[in-house]
Amino acid sequence: MFYRENGQFKTTYRSDQQIFPILQDRIFIWILLAVAFVAVPMLGSDYFLRGILIPFLILSLAAVGLNILVGYCGQISLGTGAFMAVGAYAAWNFGVRVPAMPLVLQILMGGVFATLVGVVFGIPSLRIRGLYLAVATLAAQFFVDWAFLRIPYFTNYSPSGNVSVPALTAFGLPVQTAVEKYLFVLCFVVVFALIAKNLVRGALGRQWMAMRDMDVAAAVIGIRPVYAKLTAFAVSSFIVGVAGALWGFIHLGSWEPLAFDLNRSFQLLFMVIIGGLGSIMGSFFGAAFIVLVPVALHSVPRWLGLPLSVDTIFHIEHMVFGALIVFFLIVEPHGLARLWSVAKEKLRMWPFPH
Amino acid sequence: MAFFLETLFGGLMSGMLYALIGLGFVLIFKASGVFNFAQGAMVLVAALAMARFSVWIPQWLGFESLLLANILAFIVAAAMMFLLAWLIERLVLRHLVNQEATTLLMATLGISYFLDGLGQFSFGSSVYSINVGMPKEPWFILENMFEGGILVSLEDLTAALVAALLVAALALFFQYTGTGRALRAVADDHQAAQSVGIPLNRIWVVVWCVAGLCALVAGIIWGSKFGVQFTLATAALRALPVVILGGLTSIPGAIIGGLIIGVGEKLSEVYLGPFVGGGIEIWFAYVLALVFLLFRPQGLFGEKIIDRV
Repeated sequence: MFYRENGQFKTTYRSDQQIFPILQDRIFIWILLAVAFVAVPMLGSDYFLRGILIPFLILSLAAVGLNILVGYCGQISLGTGAFMAVGAYAAWNFGVRVPAMPLVLQILMGGVFATLVGVVFGIPSLRIRGLYLAVATLAAQFFVDWAFLRIPYFTNYSPSGNVSVPALTAFGLPVQTAVEKYLFVLCFVVVFALIAKNLVRGALGRQWMAMRDMDVAAAVIGIRPVYAKLTAFAVSSFIVGVAGALWGFIHLGSWEPLAFDLNRSFQLLFMVIIGGLGSIMGSFFGAAFIVLVPVALHSVPRWLGLPLSVDTIFHIEHMVFGALIVFFLIVEPHGLARLWSVAKEKLRMWPFPH
Repeated sequence: MAFFLETLFGGLMSGMLYALIGLGFVLIFKASGVFNFAQGAMVLVAALAMARFSVWIPQWLGFESLLLANILAFIVAAAMMFLLAWLIERLVLRHLVNQEATTLLMATLGISYFLDGLGQFSFGSSVYSINVGMPKEPWFILENMFEGGILVSLEDLTAALVAALLVAALALFFQYTGTGRALRAVADDHQAAQSVGIPLNRIWVVVWCVAGLCALVAGIIWGSKFGVQFTLATAALRALPVVILGGLTSIPGAIIGGLIIGVGEKLSEVYLGPFVGGGIEIWFAYVLALVFLLFRPQGLFGEKIIDRV
């Protein structure tokens, strides 16, 4: 009843090509942003911000990056954790070795280094694909894990191998309390989500999708496979690297290579699958889902009064995730994002579907 | 020289173990085009079942014979793997026929998470041991050629023999039985096999059963060597480069790939490791396989892939 585009005529190309062509969508997004920027910092508790919202935002950023590679360009990657690690360690090294460098620039430089590594490990994608590419990205994962564990230069010869960041400031403002950290991360996520959304609906994104759907046909109509694939690897690893730097700097504070191991890569891949391959919105849904399921699994037995050990919950979590992955692949390969758009379609017709 | 030979032997033996896990990958890939990421989880579940049942069954039935306990546990564990194979085919693969290879890969990733959780949920997650009476004492050979001889672990040697026997049995099964012939037909061409009346679904169940059996044997051998715990599941990740190197569709490829990777890992760790900080055997196999892929994407013995980029 309320969600109708009747009477919203588009008179310019500009208005026809907006990200959200329907007025109600635009209002919804503005309200969402207002809630995220104003209401949540005022009302959210410390635990809610630190334990749920900050991880959710950073992981959705990483999922957006991975979705560009897997969902839009069709190149499967099991090495996302490695690119996050490169981002985090590169940013940290800039902080240690160039003390004058501002925080935002450090994090962006982390992204730049992740891009370089991503492109190097993306080169095999020009010759191989599918399963074999998955193995190539696994190689990246194991190599990077090893490098940060065994090469002391990267951790500035820290004896324990784990690194920690000092008190953070950005543009002269402190980034220390939960609210400040949350707002800092939120700014990054909003800006990068906007950039990603615009990239995937522009020329570059269309090239990626053409490569994904059929690379031979794409090459025939004049899309360069080398350029399309390597840009997908570059953009994806840049975003993932920035997310990694944020994960290390803002969420963890001090970390060791284990924070970015293979399980992180799988977790991100699950987010992308559950959220929806080839959808920026879906990355957020997937991240929310994966962050919330363990929280729910921890609290539901407590409400029901079932005494479950931490180990048991951990194993049940594994089973639930595994079953959900298979369920989504079979029932709804396009993930939560597809359910969302189906719901919107239904809402347009409601309450008179015929 | 003696040290080099010792390292070489060690590499060959661990290569056999990799090959054992690699076999499971190859069998399933050949017959159904599914790259089974869950092979590691299957090894873990099988080993956990074996370790636990060999303790539980004597308790339930009230006898003490180790041999009988092991045999019964093996039978129960094998039955469990068969049931698992049937369930996977029934609940997952049947619904994903004709999907892209990457979709199937992700589905098996989901299965592997599920099995990891299920195995540890039902059998517990501490470290268990499997005692099937493998010889533990070291054995020295060629003592008259080198001073002190060369140390060969009898346990490794037994494991390698078992692996070789398993491969031989599989080869016979594929070559001389009706089901084996059907399996080869399905591997060659799904549609042609179906059109001459071979039931695809049954074949898939059979092949997952065989892979489950491979997982059980691999689980027992790895488990009795290193103990049964969660890290067993990551053994499959170590065996992945093996099948990439040997070719995803070739059984001899899995064996020879396993031997190459095993030897390469050990030699690189011993001779190259000290220069770069050690621990390189984690990624050495992957990088070896990766470099190999660039020049020969189908692996050593694999069928030529037409859909190269």
